[in-house]
Amino acid sequence: MEFFLQLLVDGLTVGGLYALIALGFTMVYGILLMINFAHAEMFMTGGFIGYGMLNLFGNYTTIGIVSDALPFMSFLKSTQPFFTTTALGFIIMMILVFGTSAVLTGCLGMLIERFAYRPLRNSPRLCALISALGMSLFLQNFVLTFVGHRMVFPTPEFLANLDAINVFGYIFIAPIDMIIFCSALVLLFVLDRFVNKTKLGKAMRATAQDKDAAGLMGININSVIALTFFIGPALGAVAGTFFGMKYGIVTFNMGLFPGIKAFTAAVLGGIGNLRGAMLGGFLIGILEAMASGFVSISYRDVITFAVLILILIFRPGGLLGESVVEKV
Amino acid sequence: MTKKNTSTNTTASMEDAAVKGKGSAAETLFGGKAKPMFTGKLSPVKMALVGLLMVVLLLLPIYLQGMGEVLLLASFVLIGLYILLALGLNIIIGYAGMLDFGRMAFYAVGAYAAMILAIPLANLMGDNLSQFAFPFVLIGSGIVAAFVGYLLSLPVMRLRGDYLAIVTLGFGEIVRITIQNNPFNITNGLLGLPRSGDVLPWPPFFEWLRENVVLVMGNEFYFTVTRNVYWYYMILLVLIIAIIVVRRQDNSRLGRSWAAMREDEVAATAMGVNVTKAKTWAFVLGAFWGGAAGACFGFFQGSVSPEPFTFLNSVIVLAIVVIGGMGSIPGVLLGGVIIMGFPELVRWFAMNHLGGGGGDIGGQVANMRNLLLGLFMVIMMAVRTEGIIPMKPKLHKLYGKGKFGGTDGAADKAAEAAPSSKGGAN
Amino acid sequence: MAKTETQGYLMQAIDATIQFGGLRAVDSVNMNITAGTIVALIGPNGAGKTTFFNLLTGIYTPTEGEILFEGRSVSGKKSHVIADWGISRTFQNIRLFKNMTALENVMVGRHVRTSSGPFAATFRTPSFKREEKQIQEDSERWLEFVGLIEHANDLASSLPYGAQRRLEIARALATEPKLICLDEPAAGMNESESADLDELILRIRDELGITVFLIEHDMKVVMNLAEYIYVLDFGKLIAEGVPAEIQSNPAVIAAYLGEGGAEALVEERRKKKAAERGEEYKPLDTHGAPAGTMAEAVQTSDTAAAAPATAVMDSDGVVMVAADENKGE
Repeated sequence: MEFFLQLLVDGLTVGGLYALIALGFTMVYGILLMINFAHAEMFMTGGFIGYGMLNLFGNYTTIGIVSDALPFMSFLKSTQPFFTTTALGFIIMMILVFGTSAVLTGCLGMLIERFAYRPLRNSPRLCALISALGMSLFLQNFVLTFVGHRMVFPTPEFLANLDAINVFGYIFIAPIDMIIFCSALVLLFVLDRFVNKTKLGKAMRATAQDKDAAGLMGININSVIALTFFIGPALGAVAGTFFGMKYGIVTFNMGLFPGIKAFTAAVLGGIGNLRGAMLGGFLIGILEAMASGFVSISYRDVITFAVLILILIFRPGGLLGESVVEKV
Repeated sequence: MTKKNTSTNTTASMEDAAVKGKGSAAETLFGGKAKPMFTGKLSPVKMALVGLLMVVLLLLPIYLQGMGEVLLLASFVLIGLYILLALGLNIIIGYAGMLDFGRMAFYAVGAYAAMILAIPLANLMGDNLSQFAFPFVLIGSGIVAAFVGYLLSLPVMRLRGDYLAIVTLGFGEIVRITIQNNPFNITNGLLGLPRSGDVLPWPPFFEWLRENVVLVMGNEFYFTVTRNVYWYYMILLVLIIAIIVVRRQDNSRLGRSWAAMREDEVAATAMGVNVTKAKTWAFVLGAFWGGAAGACFGFFQGSVSPEPFTFLNSVIVLAIVVIGGMGSIPGVLLGGVIIMGFPELVRWFAMNHLGGGGGDIGGQVANMRNLLLGLFMVIMMAVRTEGIIPMKPKLHKLYGKGKFGGTDGAADKAAEAAPSSKGGAN
Repeated sequence: MAKTETQGYLMQAIDATIQFGGLRAVDSVNMNITAGTIVALIGPNGAGKTTFFNLLTGIYTPTEGEILFEGRSVSGKKSHVIADWGISRTFQNIRLFKNMTALENVMVGRHVRTSSGPFAATFRTPSFKREEKQIQEDSERWLEFVGLIEHANDLASSLPYGAQRRLEIARALATEPKLICLDEPAAGMNESESADLDELILRIRDELGITVFLIEHDMKVVMNLAEYIYVLDFGKLIAEGVPAEIQSNPAVIAAYLGEGGAEALVEERRKKKAAERGEEYKPLDTHGAPAGTMAEAVQTSDTAAAAPATAVMDSDGVVMVAADENKGE
């Protein structure tokens, strides 16, 4: 039982990350009927930007280099202790790190949509898929060539000094896991409200249902799609930065596996369905934790992929999705 | 599918025509004589070009080995293997219009099957004959991979294109991870096969060729049949066979059913094409060449381990097909040479002419190459979906525009209506 | 083959129904088609005609009832099996294999009557060569039959519209069907193309003995060709009979004039009037060239709906609306 609960905690943490990534997949699929392969790279890019930002605030070496190049940035030297050791500083730093990572990656997502996908909107779906795969390859190797193969994430002192949270005396939750889980829940809640309660959200839902009709009703399809390509990558970037903080490392090819798992989550929940993707993310996270705990950690990924294949074959509509009849 | 004679449907005049000869119902309807067929034949100019290319390809290793360019020769072997992989993938994506993002799965299955089959087979054949194990192992590995392709095709038949891509990707990763994990002690995990102590048999005539063929000219030029030279020719041979076989399959009833399915699945099935069967064959035949390439790879290297069978390499094979030209064999050949050849050439140049550190530069070039590949795939899809050398429509030399043999006057009517229907008002 | 139930009919629909969610796109349709006839299926847009074809050719499976072809039920059978049985079709929105030549398109149609597999193809066996030659010869002849042999090596997508329609027919004929289903073969054709088409359809029946089942909006084509007509509206069969019966069937006229058919009928009427006066007929510009056109159509439809008894179709399928006769131009 202890073991089970401990695994559940792990599963929920990782599941939160998967849910955040899965939303990007499911939103794009809902609107463009396209698997955005490059979305996994948004997660990776977000992780690298997060790495850069965290160093900018917390790493003396980085700050030194930056303030040599840009003297006006030298104030960072004096703020570094505040950001890394105090609770308030840590929270402000987190907001800055995650905000920058999300906004930059979101913009990158919009750029990709504009230049790689928009020209293909009326092409066969497989063309868009190959284009997305190419984009993914490009981004990975761009980072590999111009940034580096792997980056070791710094752990802010404040976070390192926090003790693991002890529940019932036998389950230990690492502080970062707690942060991840709570942040994921908050973001998912906000997004759900946004899509279901705001005017823009309504426009997104209308576009997903019928692009042409939505266009005729005066919705600017291009901006809705651009917005989708901002929100998805922004959430992916948050997940990527969390991933770096949790595992202490980001690599150029770290997107692939979480990407596929998040896609599995999106399909499991019913692709195109936001709440489905959230549910799917947590389910896949838990499944994976249980698989590594009770079966074998080396077969963890095999099990997830097998689940993906089984769902696609037997219930391609997912848990909350519905099947569609092709019009002849 | 059985042949059916529909003469029961025809009118009396049709039955008269049926007396002229036997054959399909349409022939009995119309009569007519045949001339030699055209499909699948190359024009003389193309024949000459292919001949020239063959001569260059045959002489190249003699020159390279003679001049001591050993690494460049090994690169050619690698290019050949990737072209073989791409040819197999081309069946699935270029001809049948399905996506496969897990090409490495079949490459891996073929390579491991070859390692597993070769040693007992060589023992069985004895010391003198063991060199002839390779052809059997090659075909055997192809068949094992084809069987795996068949098994994979069973559940995924109903899947849409993009889901199929994801499933094949997942399958590729499942195969790689499973191999790494050494299930039932079959694959020997990260150490790979063959296990220490086991020795792969030499390929046919290799020992004889190595000992008996020597070509020396002056001080510079010294040629013997090394491993690289041998495998260069062997893979060239396998490639030529593959190209002939794949072309033949494409220019056939099966090839047409693939093309029809690629163009419009609903129309194809309404016209009587068994889409499930066509898809299965595409998977099986595509997997066969993946497996055959894997066997060649395993024998060329002398051993296999799980590292090369990554998703990235599957994507590179896909890029060869997409950038070269989906469904176009010349396109695949050119794509393979450009994509695999470019970093190898730079690596070779750096090592030989820029002094040390060539390997490192080669690696960086490969990363840069992948970056460009990605960019090219994106640009290609936006501006030129058909690739560098597009697939050509299959032209046929007509057997003749002979008289319409059915009823009197029908031919005239048909001829009137033929060129355009503008003046056809009654 | 259980011939007993068929009572000599080639195709029988028995309460054939398909339901998409709450919509019964085809609702309890009963139909009998005798071998060797030309039968038309007409009805306003969205009446379920193409859906019925899709049921017949195995693209959809009836949710209730069944469709028998030569006594065998097509329900749950794959399209290619049904093609093998002898039902072939064309599509409303032409579905040719666009990047294949005209000849290759037709050669695909031969698929179902031939058998060679990948091994025969790989080794180019004598039987493979023979069959392949036969396929090409047969296909050339089908192209000749529809008058497209000149275009044998042209890409299907490069052919003019009318030729594409005929190529689709050639491809369907190449499967050697017993029943050929033509989905709006005259759509988008000009006057002379459509006349050629009439002739082609007659030749399919007369020379090849193939039963023709067609969906068509062009009433002239329907009335010229069809020996028996079924009328579908909102998925239900509202009338059936020989052309003369259909022409005077009030339910049919109401269905047509109540829906998009009005325009077509008005055009027919104008054509006829022009001919009577010996004037040159000018096609209607729906965006308003001859003033009052749409109003006229509406008026016609109102009149017909209000007093269906006064409306009849003449032998050319032209609707004569009694009340309208003295008004108009």
